[in-house]
Amino acid sequence: MTNTDFWTEGEPVVDKAAPDGPIETRWERRKFAAKLVNPANRRKLTVIVVGTGLAGGSAAATLAEQGYHVKSYCYQDSPRRAHSIAAQGGINAAKNYRNDGDSVYRLFYDTVKGGDFRARESNVYRLAQESVNIIDQAVAQGVPFAREYGGLLDNRSFGGTQVSRTFYARGQTGQQLLLGAYQALERQIGLGNVEMNTRHEMLELIIVDGKARGIVVRDMITGEITTEFADAVVLASGGYGNVFFLSTNAKGCNVTASWRAHRKGALFANPCYTQIHPTCIPESGSHQSKLTLMSESLRNDGRVWVPKAQKDTRKAADIPEDERDYYLERIYPAFGNLVPRDIASRAAKNVCDEGRGVGPGGLGVYLDFADAIKRLGQKAVEAKYGNLFEMYQRITGDDPYETPMRIYPAVHYTMGGLWVDYDLQSTIPGLFVVGEANFSDHGANRLGASALMQGLADGYFVLPNTINNYLASGPFPKVTAASAEVVEARRQVEDQIEKFLSIDGDRTVDSFHRELGHIMWEYCGMERTEEGLTKAIGLIRALKEEFWTRVKVPGKGEELNQNLEKAGRVADFIELGELMCIDALHRRESCGGHFRAESQTPDGEALRHDDEFGYAAAWEYFGADGKPTLHKEELEFEYVHPSTRSYK
Amino acid sequence: MILKITMAVSGILLVLFLYVHMIGNLKIFLGAVDFDHYAHWLRALGTPLLPTMWYLWIQRAVLTLAVLAHIYTAAVLTIRAKKARPVKYAHRPKVQGSYAARTMRWGGVIVLLFIVFHILDLTTGNLNPVGDHEHPYANVVADFAPERWYVTLFYALAIISVGFHLWHGIFSAARTLGQQTMKGQRRAKAIALALSLVLVVGYLSVPFAVLVGLVD
Amino acid sequence: MNIKVRVWRQSGPSDKGRMVTYDVKDISPDASFLEMIDVLNETLILGGDDPIAFDHDCREGICGACSMVINGVAHGPEKATTTCQLHMRHFKDGDVIDVEPWRAAAFPVIKDLVVDRTAFDLIIQAGGYISASTGTAPDAHAAPVPKKDADAAFEAATCIGCGACVAACPNGSSMLFTAAKITHLGLMPQGQPERDSRVIDMLQAQDDAGFGGCTNMGECTEVCPKGIPLSLIGRLNSDYRKAIAKS
Repeated sequence: MTNTDFWTEGEPVVDKAAPDGPIETRWERRKFAAKLVNPANRRKLTVIVVGTGLAGGSAAATLAEQGYHVKSYCYQDSPRRAHSIAAQGGINAAKNYRNDGDSVYRLFYDTVKGGDFRARESNVYRLAQESVNIIDQAVAQGVPFAREYGGLLDNRSFGGTQVSRTFYARGQTGQQLLLGAYQALERQIGLGNVEMNTRHEMLELIIVDGKARGIVVRDMITGEITTEFADAVVLASGGYGNVFFLSTNAKGCNVTASWRAHRKGALFANPCYTQIHPTCIPESGSHQSKLTLMSESLRNDGRVWVPKAQKDTRKAADIPEDERDYYLERIYPAFGNLVPRDIASRAAKNVCDEGRGVGPGGLGVYLDFADAIKRLGQKAVEAKYGNLFEMYQRITGDDPYETPMRIYPAVHYTMGGLWVDYDLQSTIPGLFVVGEANFSDHGANRLGASALMQGLADGYFVLPNTINNYLASGPFPKVTAASAEVVEARRQVEDQIEKFLSIDGDRTVDSFHRELGHIMWEYCGMERTEEGLTKAIGLIRALKEEFWTRVKVPGKGEELNQNLEKAGRVADFIELGELMCIDALHRRESCGGHFRAESQTPDGEALRHDDEFGYAAAWEYFGADGKPTLHKEELEFEYVHPSTRSYK
Repeated sequence: MILKITMAVSGILLVLFLYVHMIGNLKIFLGAVDFDHYAHWLRALGTPLLPTMWYLWIQRAVLTLAVLAHIYTAAVLTIRAKKARPVKYAHRPKVQGSYAARTMRWGGVIVLLFIVFHILDLTTGNLNPVGDHEHPYANVVADFAPERWYVTLFYALAIISVGFHLWHGIFSAARTLGQQTMKGQRRAKAIALALSLVLVVGYLSVPFAVLVGLVD
Repeated sequence: MNIKVRVWRQSGPSDKGRMVTYDVKDISPDASFLEMIDVLNETLILGGDDPIAFDHDCREGICGACSMVINGVAHGPEKATTTCQLHMRHFKDGDVIDVEPWRAAAFPVIKDLVVDRTAFDLIIQAGGYISASTGTAPDAHAAPVPKKDADAAFEAATCIGCGACVAACPNGSSMLFTAAKITHLGLMPQGQPERDSRVIDMLQAQDDAGFGGCTNMGECTEVCPKGIPLSLIGRLNSDYRKAIAKS
């Protein structure tokens, strides 16, 4: 047990729901062992689902189909706008369509390995098993996947794997899958099984007798604060990449639902595991409000390069072939341009650090389609990537058919999240967490096309089969607005809003968010050091102090007040940022999306320390100014034995 | 939707009538005897199966119904459109679709006013300087006499309005009745334009001929 | 570059609203239109004014949240572009730009440029889905769909539900939105069983929500950020006619 300046270590955390025995049958056996709820009783049970993305939308629809009464909440004006909609590339499924040696086991293996051996084997195996069902469900809903001329589903390969198992719908797979889930959800709303609350933000979790029994929400139009009750609460509120201010997340994405649950006792696991996506459009100036991702699928045909010489300011076309460094193909001949995201991102950072970056500020590398256009013809390239090329041209004003794209890594996905057991239940009974909001399946790094897979597996197939086991012990005693716990939760929300409106300082919420983002990107981004992280923690604490004395939130609480919404989210991001740095500081190894400069091989590759850090770090909240407590969940690898990830 | 199908069907009926009417009009170039004979024949059409004038009245009744249905549906759709946008844009919206489509309503009103005048002028003869039922040729020639330039102008304006109205109207009717391919859309728009142009030229040829003395 | 914007300000549903002029200085041509409003809002907040409320989220042209009528054109002057993807390089120094919300009875203004588009959800609720509960179709992947149909269905399904079509339509009609969903589902074999009831129910919902009637003017497709073609409305009409004939 260690006790440092920044954290203390507590008891290990154990996944009590985890089945053992042969991995192939664990999920089957867990489902069989779970208690069921009689269909007639389901109507009497209410489940709150926060978030309507792939995980939340599919969970709400499926639970309603099963007969539960569902209350769904989202901050957007329609459930269809959840940020899953922006996922471009595809969704993995172990259907072995190509007869190229794929299987459930291989998807499982690739995912555990891709996650740098920091994920639970049982969970990942289940994910691989359910992957095949997702495709069927989506097709049945009418999702227009890309098809072969024979009418059967098409698929393609994706970063980090050597088989073709990624199903896709042009560059808009997330949109199409989300619309499928959204339509299923709307059907249930129409049938009266789901009560939909759009433009509502969860601001507090209500815990009664140790169980999650409801949430406090703010109606973002009227500002009204209400308390909502249920027999179980499901958080599907997405990831926290916006802690970096600039990320590929939507502007509204936030950690508030997860963070408020964390403050109420739910453990937060592996917050430092951040995926930096290698192919994003570089920043263009101080006005920048978000970064745009270009699908990883572009790396199938695009070649990544920088000039061999430093500070080479010639135009791309003027640099002859032998003065170009196709560095991914050079360093990783086996995978070439298709190395996993973390590796591609760091390689880009390295060449830019060497002064070989291209474009303004030298923060960019080329992604060149000239060879693909020569080989396949412009038409074929257009058919595959047309919409992405258009998007690039719209944002940058450059035509990628003529000049290579300029790309740079950007924060894209967060593998960490609320700790959940095999049943997706957090450490608070009755609080379930699905999709990107939980920490479970991707370990330290997520493979491409696996986020959609996990969100939908959780929502369509896992949660609806595990939540029964909890709900079977209900219905629970009725909760009323007068209960002491409810009154207290509500008061916390109202006090915070009042506080924000009363500070009346001289800095905007966005200016704090930007500053936090700079600190995080600088010290807790692609490369982290003990010195930098320690410094960052100090900076964040000072920023927090300043935030609570100098922030200016205009307007009133009882109206649509977008700055008030942001203030609450930024307050949570600041606390989260500190925890991320602490987590990154404590993990003195490099793994997946977490690269500690102190822990690398002589040739600059990530160096894990499995003996010391082969665990998931689940953090317990100890007050805004206290030290968090670390609870370790030891990870066992019975099937895929940790090895050095090599893509060379 | 039923409203729009009604509008499309009534519109198509009216277009058919306009074509038949135009062919009749063009008989004026064959001279007074032929033209007047044609007018008499119209009254006798259907005989001996039907008594004299009956066919004409049936046609008039059908046309009136079509016009009323067309106006009624247009009115309902206009009122709905007004209700659907209670607050107008401060910056006048740019027309990006087609001007023909945007002038349907005003064009329709102009055409309606013209029809009323046209009936009083050449059917009942009340507003015609000659007004002789037995000699429609003379009525037409008198109508478009150079000194009655304002009648000719109104006539021309109305015919051009009809052209614009049909340019969009014929395409729109096809779409409402289910035309759905991009290729078909291009074809439907081309046909609508051609049919409208033929009508405009056909109808305008008569007053033009009177004006320049080809018909007198 | 320096510009002036005239923005619709309306404090709430009961306020009458008005255009208010603001100066925006030193904007980079690489900034997006929304980033320009962000910059303006920062100034307004520090100056003690109420910042402009507007809907936005993904800022990459796919979520459909952003919704501004710019100089009388929904989503502004660039074709097939959402407001968030419109960049200031398409304007000139010294321009005066009018910014208004979507205007439709079915999309009431909540505040400033923010409107309520729940009516679109109601249209989908009425029938914009295929009834396939989770787990009911274990072999669905094996059913072939002609590539041509799947591709055409995809094109229609790219609708982002932003509502620009309604904002641009002189009739305030949502026909293009509805037609896109009818076409997407109607082209898939899975969508056939509910094809007739879907079109009847969705059109009813559309009328009930207070949208105007379509007169095929084509303004919608001109502003559609996804370029959904007008021809889909013909498909909807044809489906409707056949459905009515059968019922």
